[in-house]
Amino acid sequence: MSRYAADVAALARKDVLLELRSRDTLPAMLLFVVSALVVFHFSLPEGSSDVAAAGLLWIAIVFTALLGLSRSFAAEREQRLLDALVLAPCDRSAIWLGKVVSIVVFLALAEAVALPAFALFFRPVGWETVAAVALANLGIAGVGTVLAAMAAASRARELLLPVLFLPLAIPIVVGGVGATVADDPGRYLAFLGLYDGMFAILSWASFEYVVTE
Amino acid sequence: MSTSLRNNGAAAFAAAAALLLVAGTALAFYWVPEDADQGFSQKIFYLHVPVALTAYACFVWGAWKALRLLWTREARYDLESYTAVHMGVIFGVLTLLTGSIWAKISWGIWWSWGERQLVLFLILFLFYSAYFMLRYSVEPGPRRANISAVYALFGVVLIPVSFLAIRLAGTLLHPTVFTREGPQMSASMFFVFCVCLAATLALAGALYLNELTGKRLDQALRDLREAVA
Repeated sequence: MSRYAADVAALARKDVLLELRSRDTLPAMLLFVVSALVVFHFSLPEGSSDVAAAGLLWIAIVFTALLGLSRSFAAEREQRLLDALVLAPCDRSAIWLGKVVSIVVFLALAEAVALPAFALFFRPVGWETVAAVALANLGIAGVGTVLAAMAAASRARELLLPVLFLPLAIPIVVGGVGATVADDPGRYLAFLGLYDGMFAILSWASFEYVVTE
Repeated sequence: MSTSLRNNGAAAFAAAAALLLVAGTALAFYWVPEDADQGFSQKIFYLHVPVALTAYACFVWGAWKALRLLWTREARYDLESYTAVHMGVIFGVLTLLTGSIWAKISWGIWWSWGERQLVLFLILFLFYSAYFMLRYSVEPGPRRANISAVYALFGVVLIPVSFLAIRLAGTLLHPTVFTREGPQMSASMFFVFCVCLAATLALAGALYLNELTGKRLDQALRDLREAVA
Protein backbone atom coordinates (compact mmCIF):
# COMPACT_ATOMS: atom_id res chain seq x y z
CA MET A 1 0.00 0.00 0.00
CA SER A 2 1.43 3.30 -1.01
CA ARG A 3 2.10 6.10 1.38
CA TYR A 4 -0.82 8.16 0.12
CA ALA A 5 -3.32 5.34 0.55
CA ALA A 6 -1.99 4.69 4.06
CA ASP A 7 -2.50 8.36 4.95
CA VAL A 8 -6.06 8.29 3.61
CA ALA A 9 -6.84 5.08 5.48
CA ALA A 10 -5.44 6.48 8.74
CA LEU A 11 -7.46 9.69 8.41
CA ALA A 12 -10.68 7.85 7.56
CA ARG A 13 -10.10 5.44 10.43
CA LYS A 14 -9.68 8.39 12.79
CA ASP A 15 -13.07 9.80 11.81
CA VAL A 16 -14.85 6.47 12.10
CA LEU A 17 -13.22 5.73 15.48
CA LEU A 18 -14.11 9.19 16.74
CA GLU A 19 -17.73 8.62 15.73
CA LEU A 20 -17.83 5.14 17.27
CA ARG A 21 -16.63 6.54 20.58
CA SER A 22 -18.65 9.74 20.76
CA ARG A 23 -21.74 8.52 18.84
CA ASP A 24 -22.61 12.13 17.99
CA THR A 25 -23.69 12.12 14.39
CA LEU A 26 -24.70 8.70 13.15
CA PRO A 27 -27.61 8.02 15.56
CA ALA A 28 -28.96 11.47 14.75
CA MET A 29 -28.72 10.76 11.02
CA LEU A 30 -30.54 7.43 11.39
CA LEU A 31 -33.31 8.90 13.50
CA PHE A 32 -33.61 11.91 11.22
CA VAL A 33 -33.98 9.91 8.02
CA VAL A 34 -36.71 7.65 9.48
CA SER A 35 -38.55 10.64 11.00
CA ALA A 36 -38.32 12.46 7.68
CA LEU A 37 -39.91 9.50 5.87
CA VAL A 38 -42.75 9.43 8.40
CA VAL A 39 -43.27 13.19 7.99
CA PHE A 40 -43.30 12.70 4.21
CA HIS A 41 -46.06 10.12 4.52
CA PHE A 42 -48.25 12.76 6.12
CA SER A 43 -47.15 15.50 3.73
CA LEU A 44 -48.33 13.51 0.70
CA PRO A 45 -52.03 14.09 0.12
CA GLU A 46 -54.32 11.07 -0.02
CA GLY A 47 -54.15 9.32 -3.38
CA SER A 48 -50.88 10.84 -4.58
CA SER A 49 -48.75 8.51 -6.61
CA ASP A 50 -45.79 6.39 -5.61
CA VAL A 51 -43.71 8.38 -8.06
CA ALA A 52 -44.03 11.43 -5.82
CA ALA A 53 -42.73 9.36 -2.92
CA ALA A 54 -39.62 8.52 -4.95
CA GLY A 55 -38.81 12.23 -5.06
CA LEU A 56 -39.21 12.47 -1.31
CA LEU A 57 -36.73 9.64 -0.78
CA TRP A 58 -34.10 11.80 -2.47
CA ILE A 59 -35.01 14.82 -0.39
CA ALA A 60 -34.58 12.68 2.71
CA ILE A 61 -31.17 11.48 1.52
CA VAL A 62 -29.89 14.97 0.68
CA PHE A 63 -31.03 16.43 4.00
CA THR A 64 -29.65 13.54 6.00
CA ALA A 65 -26.34 14.04 4.21
CA LEU A 66 -26.47 17.74 5.12
CA LEU A 67 -26.94 16.78 8.75
CA GLY A 68 -23.86 14.57 8.64
CA LEU A 69 -21.80 17.05 6.64
CA SER A 70 -22.48 19.94 8.98
CA ARG A 71 -21.00 17.89 11.83
CA SER A 72 -18.13 16.50 9.77
CA PHE A 73 -15.65 19.24 10.66
CA ALA A 74 -16.95 19.78 14.21
CA ALA A 75 -14.07 17.98 15.89
CA GLU A 76 -11.52 19.68 13.65
CA ARG A 77 -12.92 23.07 14.53
CA GLU A 78 -13.53 22.63 18.24
CA GLN A 79 -10.18 20.99 18.97
CA ARG A 80 -8.28 23.07 16.39
CA LEU A 81 -7.41 19.79 14.75
CA LEU A 82 -7.34 21.16 11.23
CA ASP A 83 -4.20 23.23 11.88
CA ALA A 84 -2.45 20.09 13.06
CA LEU A 85 -3.66 18.08 10.07
CA VAL A 86 -2.39 20.75 7.69
CA LEU A 87 0.98 20.69 9.44
CA ALA A 88 1.20 16.90 9.18
CA PRO A 89 3.64 15.65 6.52
CA CYS A 90 0.97 14.30 4.19
CA ASP A 91 -0.60 15.55 1.00
CA ARG A 92 -3.51 17.90 1.81
CA SER A 93 -5.75 16.14 -0.68
CA ALA A 94 -5.38 13.03 1.50
CA ILE A 95 -7.28 14.94 4.21
CA TRP A 96 -10.10 15.43 1.72
CA LEU A 97 -10.10 11.82 0.59
CA GLY A 98 -10.01 10.51 4.15
CA LYS A 99 -12.99 12.67 5.03
CA VAL A 100 -14.84 11.55 1.89
CA VAL A 101 -14.32 7.89 2.81
CA SER A 102 -15.65 8.37 6.34
CA ILE A 103 -18.67 10.38 5.12
CA VAL A 104 -19.48 7.73 2.51
CA VAL A 105 -19.39 5.12 5.29
CA PHE A 106 -21.82 7.15 7.45
CA LEU A 107 -24.11 7.83 4.50
CA ALA A 108 -24.15 4.16 3.51
CA LEU A 109 -25.10 3.19 7.08
CA ALA A 110 -27.89 5.77 7.14
CA GLU A 111 -29.19 4.52 3.80
CA ALA A 112 -28.99 0.91 4.94
CA VAL A 113 -31.80 1.95 7.27
CA ALA A 114 -33.51 4.47 4.97
CA LEU A 115 -33.97 2.27 1.91
CA PRO A 116 -35.65 -0.66 3.73
CA ALA A 117 -37.78 1.83 5.66
CA PHE A 118 -38.77 3.48 2.38
CA ALA A 119 -39.60 0.09 0.84
CA LEU A 120 -41.71 -0.73 3.87
CA PHE A 121 -43.59 2.60 3.99
CA PHE A 122 -43.94 3.54 0.32
CA ARG A 123 -42.86 1.30 -2.53
CA PRO A 124 -40.27 -1.38 -3.33
CA VAL A 125 -36.71 -0.28 -4.08
CA GLY A 126 -35.06 -1.61 -7.24
CA TRP A 127 -31.41 -2.22 -8.01
CA GLU A 128 -31.27 1.02 -10.01
CA THR A 129 -32.22 3.03 -6.93
CA VAL A 130 -29.48 1.33 -4.92
CA ALA A 131 -26.95 2.02 -7.68
CA ALA A 132 -28.06 5.65 -7.91
CA VAL A 133 -27.79 6.06 -4.12
CA ALA A 134 -24.27 4.61 -4.18
CA LEU A 135 -23.20 6.98 -6.96
CA ALA A 136 -24.91 9.93 -5.30
CA ASN A 137 -23.05 9.22 -2.04
CA LEU A 138 -19.73 9.74 -3.80
CA GLY A 139 -20.84 13.06 -5.26
CA ILE A 140 -22.43 14.27 -2.02
CA ALA A 141 -19.36 13.36 0.03
CA GLY A 142 -16.89 14.77 -2.51
CA VAL A 143 -18.54 18.16 -2.94
CA GLY A 144 -19.87 18.27 0.61
CA THR A 145 -16.45 17.84 2.22
CA VAL A 146 -15.03 20.89 0.43
CA LEU A 147 -18.10 22.97 1.23
CA ALA A 148 -18.12 21.83 4.87
CA ALA A 149 -14.48 22.89 5.18
CA MET A 150 -15.43 26.28 3.72
CA ALA A 151 -18.37 26.64 6.09
CA ALA A 152 -16.17 25.66 9.03
CA ALA A 153 -13.88 28.61 8.22
CA SER A 154 -16.78 31.07 8.20
CA ARG A 155 -18.58 32.86 11.00
CA ALA A 156 -21.97 31.49 9.99
CA ARG A 157 -20.73 27.86 10.17
CA GLU A 158 -23.62 25.34 10.09
CA LEU A 159 -25.99 27.99 8.80
CA LEU A 160 -23.99 28.46 5.64
CA LEU A 161 -23.56 24.85 4.56
CA PRO A 162 -27.12 24.19 3.30
CA VAL A 163 -27.06 27.42 1.31
CA LEU A 164 -23.77 26.43 -0.31
CA PHE A 165 -24.68 22.80 -0.81
CA LEU A 166 -28.26 22.75 -2.12
CA PRO A 167 -27.63 24.45 -5.50
CA LEU A 168 -24.84 21.93 -6.10
CA ALA A 169 -27.12 19.08 -5.01
CA ILE A 170 -29.77 19.84 -7.64
CA PRO A 171 -28.04 17.75 -10.37
CA ILE A 172 -27.71 14.85 -7.88
CA VAL A 173 -31.44 14.99 -7.17
CA VAL A 174 -32.22 15.10 -10.90
CA GLY A 175 -30.04 12.08 -11.57
CA GLY A 176 -31.27 10.17 -8.53
CA VAL A 177 -34.98 10.74 -9.09
CA GLY A 178 -34.54 10.01 -12.79
CA ALA A 179 -32.80 6.72 -12.09
CA THR A 180 -35.51 5.78 -9.58
CA VAL A 181 -38.57 6.47 -11.75
CA ALA A 182 -37.46 6.45 -15.41
CA ASP A 183 -37.80 3.46 -17.72
CA ASP A 184 -34.18 3.80 -18.84
CA PRO A 185 -32.17 4.43 -15.65
CA GLY A 186 -28.87 4.00 -17.51
CA ARG A 187 -28.73 7.61 -18.75
CA TYR A 188 -29.32 8.97 -15.25
CA LEU A 189 -26.76 6.66 -13.67
CA ALA A 190 -24.22 7.73 -16.28
CA PHE A 191 -25.03 11.35 -15.48
CA LEU A 192 -24.46 10.74 -11.76
CA GLY A 193 -21.14 9.10 -12.63
CA LEU A 194 -20.18 12.13 -14.71
CA TYR A 195 -21.10 14.46 -11.84
CA ASP A 196 -18.99 12.41 -9.43
CA GLY A 197 -16.02 12.40 -11.78
CA MET A 198 -16.02 16.10 -12.59
CA PHE A 199 -16.52 17.31 -9.04
CA ALA A 200 -14.16 14.72 -7.56
CA ILE A 201 -11.30 15.96 -9.73
CA LEU A 202 -12.07 19.60 -8.90
CA SER A 203 -12.48 18.94 -5.16
CA TRP A 204 -9.38 16.79 -4.97
CA ALA A 205 -7.30 19.48 -6.67
CA SER A 206 -8.72 22.46 -4.81
CA PHE A 207 -9.15 21.22 -1.23
CA GLU A 208 -5.63 22.25 -0.30
CA TYR A 209 -6.48 25.91 -0.95
CA VAL A 210 -9.54 25.78 1.30
CA VAL A 211 -7.57 24.69 4.37
CA THR A 212 -4.41 26.73 3.80
CA GLU A 213 -3.61 30.41 3.36
CA MET B 1 -0.83 52.10 -7.23
CA SER B 2 -1.35 55.05 -9.54
CA THR B 3 -1.32 52.86 -12.64
CA SER B 4 -3.86 50.43 -11.24
CA LEU B 5 -6.22 53.30 -10.46
CA ARG B 6 -6.05 54.82 -13.91
CA ASN B 7 -9.26 54.28 -15.78
CA ASN B 8 -8.73 54.77 -19.51
CA GLY B 9 -10.01 51.28 -20.32
CA ALA B 10 -13.31 51.87 -18.59
CA ALA B 11 -13.91 55.10 -20.52
CA ALA B 12 -13.22 53.36 -23.84
CA PHE B 13 -15.52 50.49 -22.92
CA ALA B 14 -18.22 52.89 -21.78
CA ALA B 15 -18.05 54.83 -25.06
CA ALA B 16 -18.20 51.63 -27.09
CA ALA B 17 -21.11 50.37 -24.98
CA ALA B 18 -23.08 53.61 -25.43
CA LEU B 19 -22.51 53.61 -29.19
CA LEU B 20 -23.34 49.93 -29.66
CA LEU B 21 -26.39 50.03 -27.39
CA VAL B 22 -27.89 52.90 -29.38
CA ALA B 23 -27.00 51.19 -32.66
CA GLY B 24 -28.34 47.82 -31.49
CA THR B 25 -31.62 49.30 -30.23
CA ALA B 26 -32.13 51.28 -33.42
CA LEU B 27 -31.35 48.28 -35.64
CA ALA B 28 -33.57 45.95 -33.60
CA PHE B 29 -36.57 48.27 -33.70
CA TYR B 30 -36.33 49.99 -37.11
CA TRP B 31 -34.23 47.87 -39.43
CA VAL B 32 -34.47 44.16 -38.83
CA PRO B 33 -37.70 42.47 -40.10
CA GLU B 34 -40.23 41.21 -37.58
CA ASP B 35 -40.24 37.53 -36.73
CA ALA B 36 -42.82 35.57 -38.72
CA ASP B 37 -44.15 33.56 -35.76
CA GLN B 38 -43.79 35.79 -32.74
CA GLY B 39 -44.08 39.24 -34.31
CA PHE B 40 -43.04 42.27 -32.30
CA SER B 41 -42.48 40.42 -29.00
CA GLN B 42 -39.55 38.58 -30.56
CA LYS B 43 -37.55 41.85 -30.30
CA ILE B 44 -36.78 41.03 -26.66
CA PHE B 45 -34.56 38.29 -28.08
CA TYR B 46 -32.01 41.01 -28.90
CA LEU B 47 -31.83 41.91 -25.22
CA HIS B 48 -32.48 38.61 -23.45
CA VAL B 49 -29.96 36.36 -25.20
CA PRO B 50 -27.02 38.83 -25.27
CA VAL B 51 -27.57 39.57 -21.57
CA ALA B 52 -27.60 35.83 -20.80
CA LEU B 53 -24.40 35.21 -22.78
CA THR B 54 -22.77 38.20 -21.07
CA ALA B 55 -23.67 36.73 -17.67
CA TYR B 56 -21.95 33.47 -18.67
CA ALA B 57 -18.94 35.44 -19.87
CA CYS B 58 -18.74 37.22 -16.50
CA PHE B 59 -18.92 33.94 -14.56
CA VAL B 60 -16.23 32.37 -16.74
CA TRP B 61 -14.08 35.50 -16.42
CA GLY B 62 -14.49 35.36 -12.64
CA ALA B 63 -13.50 31.70 -12.58
CA TRP B 64 -10.50 32.42 -14.80
CA LYS B 65 -9.35 35.12 -12.37
CA ALA B 66 -9.96 32.68 -9.50
CA LEU B 67 -7.76 30.12 -11.22
CA ARG B 68 -5.08 32.77 -11.71
CA LEU B 69 -5.29 33.57 -7.99
CA LEU B 70 -4.76 29.96 -6.94
CA TRP B 71 -2.02 29.59 -9.53
CA THR B 72 0.02 32.73 -8.87
CA ARG B 73 -1.16 33.64 -5.34
CA GLU B 74 -1.30 37.30 -6.36
CA ALA B 75 -3.82 39.07 -4.14
CA ARG B 76 -5.16 41.41 -6.84
CA TYR B 77 -6.94 38.54 -8.61
CA ASP B 78 -9.25 38.11 -5.64
CA LEU B 79 -10.90 41.48 -6.19
CA GLU B 80 -11.03 40.93 -9.96
CA SER B 81 -12.72 37.55 -9.57
CA TYR B 82 -15.19 38.93 -7.05
CA THR B 83 -16.07 41.90 -9.27
CA ALA B 84 -16.61 39.65 -12.29
CA VAL B 85 -18.94 37.36 -10.33
CA HIS B 86 -20.76 40.44 -9.04
CA MET B 87 -21.35 41.63 -12.63
CA GLY B 88 -22.41 38.11 -13.60
CA VAL B 89 -25.10 38.07 -10.92
CA ILE B 90 -26.44 41.46 -12.07
CA PHE B 91 -26.68 40.25 -15.68
CA GLY B 92 -28.09 36.94 -14.45
CA VAL B 93 -30.94 38.72 -12.67
CA LEU B 94 -31.58 40.74 -15.85
CA THR B 95 -31.73 37.46 -17.78
CA LEU B 96 -34.29 36.06 -15.35
CA LEU B 97 -36.41 39.21 -15.63
CA THR B 98 -36.31 39.50 -19.43
CA GLY B 99 -36.83 35.75 -19.85
CA SER B 100 -39.82 35.90 -17.55
CA ILE B 101 -41.34 38.78 -19.53
CA TRP B 102 -40.77 36.92 -22.79
CA ALA B 103 -42.36 33.76 -21.36
CA LYS B 104 -45.40 35.78 -20.26
CA ILE B 105 -45.86 37.25 -23.73
CA SER B 106 -45.14 34.06 -25.68
CA TRP B 107 -46.79 31.42 -23.50
CA GLY B 108 -48.92 33.50 -21.14
CA ILE B 109 -47.08 32.42 -17.98
CA TRP B 110 -44.39 34.19 -15.98
CA TRP B 111 -42.50 31.06 -15.10
CA SER B 112 -42.18 27.70 -16.80
CA TRP B 113 -40.04 24.86 -15.52
CA GLY B 114 -39.88 23.73 -19.13
CA GLU B 115 -37.78 26.71 -20.03
CA ARG B 116 -34.36 25.25 -19.50
CA GLN B 117 -32.27 28.37 -19.83
CA LEU B 118 -34.28 30.20 -17.17
CA VAL B 119 -34.15 27.26 -14.77
CA LEU B 120 -30.39 27.13 -15.22
CA PHE B 121 -30.15 30.83 -14.41
CA LEU B 122 -32.27 30.31 -11.30
CA ILE B 123 -29.85 27.61 -10.09
CA LEU B 124 -26.87 29.81 -10.90
CA PHE B 125 -28.52 32.74 -9.15
CA LEU B 126 -28.94 30.66 -5.98
CA PHE B 127 -25.38 29.36 -6.28
CA TYR B 128 -23.77 32.76 -6.73
CA SER B 129 -25.93 34.37 -4.06
CA ALA B 130 -24.41 31.83 -1.71
CA TYR B 131 -21.00 33.03 -2.98
CA PHE B 132 -21.72 36.44 -1.48
CA MET B 133 -22.90 34.91 1.80
CA LEU B 134 -19.73 32.86 1.96
CA ARG B 135 -17.54 35.85 1.19
CA TYR B 136 -19.09 38.07 3.81
CA SER B 137 -18.97 35.36 6.44
CA VAL B 138 -15.20 34.73 6.27
CA GLU B 139 -12.62 37.15 7.69
CA PRO B 140 -10.87 39.12 4.92
CA GLY B 141 -7.44 37.76 4.06
CA PRO B 142 -5.69 35.14 1.96
CA ARG B 143 -7.90 32.36 3.34
CA ARG B 144 -11.04 34.13 2.17
CA ALA B 145 -9.48 34.79 -1.22
CA ASN B 146 -8.70 31.08 -1.60
CA ILE B 147 -12.13 29.91 -0.46
CA SER B 148 -13.95 32.36 -2.74
CA ALA B 149 -11.75 31.31 -5.65
CA VAL B 150 -12.46 27.59 -5.14
CA TYR B 151 -16.20 28.30 -4.91
CA ALA B 152 -16.09 30.36 -8.11
CA LEU B 153 -14.38 27.43 -9.85
CA PHE B 154 -17.16 25.10 -8.66
CA GLY B 155 -19.53 27.50 -10.40
CA VAL B 156 -18.11 27.02 -13.90
CA VAL B 157 -18.26 23.25 -13.47
CA LEU B 158 -21.84 23.55 -12.20
CA ILE B 159 -22.95 25.42 -15.36
CA PRO B 160 -22.51 22.52 -17.84
CA VAL B 161 -23.53 19.91 -15.26
CA SER B 162 -26.75 21.76 -14.43
CA PHE B 163 -27.38 22.32 -18.11
CA LEU B 164 -27.20 18.56 -18.68
CA ALA B 165 -29.34 17.90 -15.62
CA ILE B 166 -32.09 20.23 -16.78
CA ARG B 167 -31.94 18.71 -20.25
CA LEU B 168 -32.38 15.28 -18.69
CA ALA B 169 -35.19 16.42 -16.43
CA GLY B 170 -37.08 18.85 -18.54
CA THR B 171 -39.43 18.99 -21.43
CA LEU B 172 -38.47 20.65 -24.69
CA LEU B 173 -40.51 23.83 -24.68
CA HIS B 174 -37.74 26.41 -24.99
CA PRO B 175 -37.07 27.56 -28.57
CA THR B 176 -33.67 26.34 -29.63
CA VAL B 177 -32.18 29.01 -31.84
CA PHE B 178 -28.62 27.78 -31.93
CA THR B 179 -28.44 24.17 -33.06
CA ARG B 180 -25.64 22.10 -34.50
CA GLU B 181 -26.58 23.30 -37.98
CA GLY B 182 -25.72 26.87 -36.99
CA PRO B 183 -28.00 29.72 -35.94
CA GLN B 184 -31.61 29.27 -37.11
CA MET B 185 -32.28 32.86 -38.15
CA SER B 186 -31.87 35.13 -41.10
CA ALA B 187 -28.60 36.94 -41.81
CA SER B 188 -29.99 40.36 -40.86
CA MET B 189 -31.29 39.03 -37.53
CA PHE B 190 -27.94 37.42 -36.81
CA PHE B 191 -26.14 40.68 -37.59
CA VAL B 192 -28.33 42.69 -35.20
CA PHE B 193 -27.92 39.98 -32.59
CA CYS B 194 -24.12 40.28 -32.87
CA VAL B 195 -24.29 44.07 -32.50
CA CYS B 196 -26.42 43.68 -29.38
CA LEU B 197 -24.10 41.03 -27.97
CA ALA B 198 -21.10 43.29 -28.52
CA ALA B 199 -23.03 46.11 -26.81
CA THR B 200 -23.83 44.14 -23.66
CA LEU B 201 -20.29 42.75 -23.50
CA ALA B 202 -18.89 46.27 -23.76
CA LEU B 203 -21.34 47.42 -21.09
CA ALA B 204 -20.25 44.59 -18.80
CA GLY B 205 -16.60 45.45 -19.46
CA ALA B 206 -17.19 49.11 -18.61
CA LEU B 207 -19.10 48.27 -15.43
CA TYR B 208 -16.46 45.72 -14.43
CA LEU B 209 -13.54 48.12 -14.84
CA ASN B 210 -15.42 50.92 -13.11
CA GLU B 211 -16.42 48.75 -10.17
CA LEU B 212 -12.91 47.35 -9.92
CA THR B 213 -11.43 50.84 -9.72
CA GLY B 214 -13.91 51.77 -7.02
CA LYS B 215 -13.15 48.67 -4.98
CA ARG B 216 -9.41 49.20 -5.35
CA LEU B 217 -9.77 52.82 -4.18
CA ASP B 218 -11.78 51.56 -1.23
CA GLN B 219 -9.05 49.09 -0.39
CA ALA B 220 -6.30 51.71 -0.77
CA LEU B 221 -8.23 54.05 1.50
CA ARG B 222 -8.63 51.36 4.12
CA ASP B 223 -4.91 50.54 3.98
CA LEU B 224 -4.05 54.22 4.34
CA ARG B 225 -6.37 54.60 7.31
CA GLU B 226 -4.78 51.60 8.97
CA ALA B 227 -1.31 53.01 8.28
CA VAL B 228 -2.25 56.34 9.85
CA ALA B 229 -4.02 54.90 12.87
